[in-house]
Order: sequence, then C-alpha cells, then structure tokens
Amino acid sequence: MITPLSYLIASVCFIVALQALSSPKHARRGNAIGAFGMLVAVVGTLLLGKIIRFEWILIGLTLGSVIGAAMSIWIPMTKMPERIALSHSFGGLAAALVGISEYHHLGAEISRFTMGALGLEVFLGFLTFTGSLMAFGKLQGILPGSPITYKGQNASNIVLFLAALALLVLVVLDPSRSALFYLMGVIGFVVGILFVIPIGGADMPVVISLLNSYAGLAAAATGFALNNYVLIIAGALDGTSGFLLSLKMSKAMNRSFANVLFGAFGKVAAPAEGTAAGAAAAASYNQATVEEAVGVLEAAQSLIVVPGYGMAVSQAQHTVRELTQILEGRGVAVKYAIHPVAGRMPGHMNVLLAEANVPYDQLFDLDDINDEFARTDAVLVVGANDVVNPAAKTNPGSPIFGMPVFNVEQARAVIVLKRSFNPGFAGIENELFGKPNTMMVLGDAKKTLREMTTALKGD
Amino acid sequence: MSNEQNALIFGLYVFVLAGFLGHHVIHRVPPLLHTPLMAGTNAISGISLVGSLVAAGGGYGTLGTILGTIAVTCATINTVGGFLITDRMLRMFKTRRSDPGKPKP
Repeated sequence: MITPLSYLIASVCFIVALQALSSPKHARRGNAIGAFGMLVAVVGTLLLGKIIRFEWILIGLTLGSVIGAAMSIWIPMTKMPERIALSHSFGGLAAALVGISEYHHLGAEISRFTMGALGLEVFLGFLTFTGSLMAFGKLQGILPGSPITYKGQNASNIVLFLAALALLVLVVLDPSRSALFYLMGVIGFVVGILFVIPIGGADMPVVISLLNSYAGLAAAATGFALNNYVLIIAGALDGTSGFLLSLKMSKAMNRSFANVLFGAFGKVAAPAEGTAAGAAAAASYNQATVEEAVGVLEAAQSLIVVPGYGMAVSQAQHTVRELTQILEGRGVAVKYAIHPVAGRMPGHMNVLLAEANVPYDQLFDLDDINDEFARTDAVLVVGANDVVNPAAKTNPGSPIFGMPVFNVEQARAVIVLKRSFNPGFAGIENELFGKPNTMMVLGDAKKTLREMTTALKGD
Repeated sequence: MSNEQNALIFGLYVFVLAGFLGHHVIHRVPPLLHTPLMAGTNAISGISLVGSLVAAGGGYGTLGTILGTIAVTCATINTVGGFLITDRMLRMFKTRRSDPGKPKP
C-alpha cells in the first residue's frame, strides 16, 4: 500500500512543479516540490518487498548523484543545450536497459501486452540515446554542425523505421524470439544516429525538443511494461512538453515538422555560388568602427538588444549587461528582443541574460516587441543573423521566407556585431547588412562590446 | 475482458488524461522559462529510476543487476542533476525590483 501511495504523491508533486513554471515567481518552489515527489517515489520503491539486494542500488545512486550534481554545479550556462542533450541520452539509455533487463527476467512468461510496451521502450530508448549523443556531438563541435546528407537518406531511414515496426509486431506475436527483440533495439540505436546527422545546427531547438519528447515516451512505455502509473504520468507530461515545444519551435521558423526532420536545412545554398554572391554582397555592407557605433548609442534615447547564438558562442552576455547598464544610467530605455529560436534550444537566450542579471521584465517575445522597432532609436544585434533577416518577409526565393523575424530595419539605426562577413549558420545572405541605416562592427562580440563600454565610460 | 486488457485500457486512460493535462499546463509556461521547463521535465522523467531500482536490486541475475545498476546511475544523474540545474537557472530570474545588481544570498 505504501508504494502505490508514494507514487500517487509523486505524480501530484510533478504536476504541481510544472504548473508552477507558469511564472518565474513560483517556479523555484515548484521545482523543490517536484524533487520532493521524486524522493517520496524512490523511498516508496525501496520499501517495496521486491527489492532484496541494496548494495548495487546504493552504488548506482551514489555514483549518479555525484555525477549529476557535479554536472549541474559546474557547467557554464552557455553549455546548457549540450547539458540537456546529454541528459536526454542518459534518460533514453536508462529506459532501454531497464527494458532489456525486464525482458530477460520475464523470459517465456511475458505477456503480449508487456512485450509490446517493452519493445517500444527499448526502441525509443536506444533511439533517444544515440540521437541525443549525436545532437550533443553537433552542439559541442565534435561532429560537423552542418547537415550530413547522402543519396537515398530519407528512404533508407523510413525503411529502417518500418523494419523496426515489423519486428515489434513479430516479437509481440511470439515473445520468445529474443533475436528479433535485440535486432529491434539495434535498429533503434542506428535510427537515432541516422535521423540526427542530416539536421543542421540552426534546427537544434526543434531536435532537442523532439528528443525530450521521445525520452518522455520511452519512460511512459516503461510505465506500461511495469504497470506503473507514476511512470506513465511523468512520461506523458514529458512527452507532451517536448512535443509542444518542438511544434512551437517549428512554427517560429515557419517550417513543418517534416521539413525540419527530412529537409537537411542549411544545405540549400550551393557553396560555390554562395561564396561568389557572398563576396559581392559583402562589398556593399556598411562596415563601421567601434567609435561610430558608440556615437549612435550616445545619441539614442531607446535601445533594443537582439541577442543570438553568437552571444552564447562569445559568452558575451555579461558584457552586454554591462553596456546596457551604463546606457540605462544615462536614461536610455533598454529592452531585449528574444526570438523563440534564437540560440540552440528553447529559452536559451533568456537563461543567459538572466545569468547576466538582466531583469526578466526587460526580456520581450517576438510578438510583444516587433511593433516597437519603428519607434526605437538604436538596435544592437549581438550574434543574431537569420532572425533579423528582412528576406524572410520580402524575398519569396529565400529558404527562410515566411519565418517570423524582427523588424529591426525599421529602427533609426542598427548596429550589428558579427564575427565576420560569412553568411550565418543557415548559409543565407542577409540584406539587412547592406541597408543604409545598418552599421556592421566586425570582430568577437565580447571584445567589441568591451571596447564600446570603455569608450562610453571614457567620456 | 481479461485482467491484462483491463490493465492496458486503464494505463491508456492514465496516459491520455495525463497528456491532456500536460498540454494544458505546459501551454501556460512562458517562453522565458522554456529552458528550465525542458530541464525540469527531464528531471521528472528520470522517474524511470523506480523501474531501474527494481531491476538492479530485485535479484534479476547478473545481467539484470549490471544493466539495472547502469540504469540506476543514468536515471539518478538525470533526477539529481535535473532538479539541481533547474533550480540554478530559476534562481537567476529576477525582476528590476529585486535588485538585479546583487545576487541573492
């Protein structure tokens, strides 16, 4: 009786934790309630009569706690997407291993229903495991961030997927065919790799959200296999959360799910053509010095900062904050405009700016701020590219046409901090850089911002 | 209906209703907190730890114990690490009034 009751308490705690995330005011308390629920469920399980040996459990719990705590305390905020991708892979692996162990344990007595759930669990678990590791490799730069494509890629992926499905049906019909069961696991392992390699770095927000969803579904499948409702509930919550986020991210890029998964975005611009056109376009860009940019900032009464992935790469969030604080001290109204897909995961920019002590009431979503650019004196674009590209609104031939973007070009002056004139991650030319009211300051964003801050302090 | 079919149907009820509840609750999470949401749901789905515990300590034989122990380790990394990092992120979100200049003790 104690164990099911502990699971009920845990389920309620998890729902309360998610509910609290609707506002930053209560979110922390909610998270603590969620952690408490987890503790109750673990203690409830340990009190269950089923557990006869504790030594390996203790080893696993200790090792996991030490690694988990170390990873959470010391990882820099800029590495959050990598951290999340890794944790999805751990979740997937755990689900897959529990599934195999359960299959092994039940042997011939296994029922068809349990078999189906175990099959899904192991397939989704391995798929999430390798898929997330690939995502991690791409984010970390171990693997090339640009899409890796080959002929017949989508067709072969779909064939593999169908093969896994067919194997699942066969094992459900006859659970004693363990070779087929393991083969299905192997296919999940391979599909995880193959599904993620054609996806480009800029599409990572969708992929990470989707893997989040798969990790949840794998947990829910574990719940079906073990007939454990807290697992089903937690898995369903995680599954819907990841799915909703990936839908939101796809929408923010004006692309369908299928297009993100099968489109190999970022391969669109042929490299040879791209560089020639790029060189021509670069010639017409308005390059400016730090002094000129500071001059614009000094004359401005209002400023909107548009951060992008480049800010994370250059770890410039603290320097951005320092600069805006000086300007605020001079009476400039400062706001931040955050695009849903800026960065490599949902909410990436918000976390970085919060780390730099930017009050969250200064952070605005796309829809809430887009009309304000026309009334703004200066815009500072820090390492963002596609989300400020007017081609999304004006050029039907552009690969990002239709994607909602910031109306930065409507502001009186636009300062763009960029590493080089190379086109961004998606390899698309940005006409904003050639507009008469745009000034491009090239170089590392952090270094440029520091020079601007020094210049502002100096006078 | 057999017991087993009952269990399946009941499980599906729970799954579908929890999914609707999740949709409802998660829709209200502002984009500001999407990263903590992802870290938080990841910690919560680490509840598969309870399944791993049984595999590691339920006397499932050597293979079961090995796989179970690895699973316990992975799931614990996610739960402990997930709740800690969510808290670390949420601690950083402040308004202007709460004195953003100085970190809270």
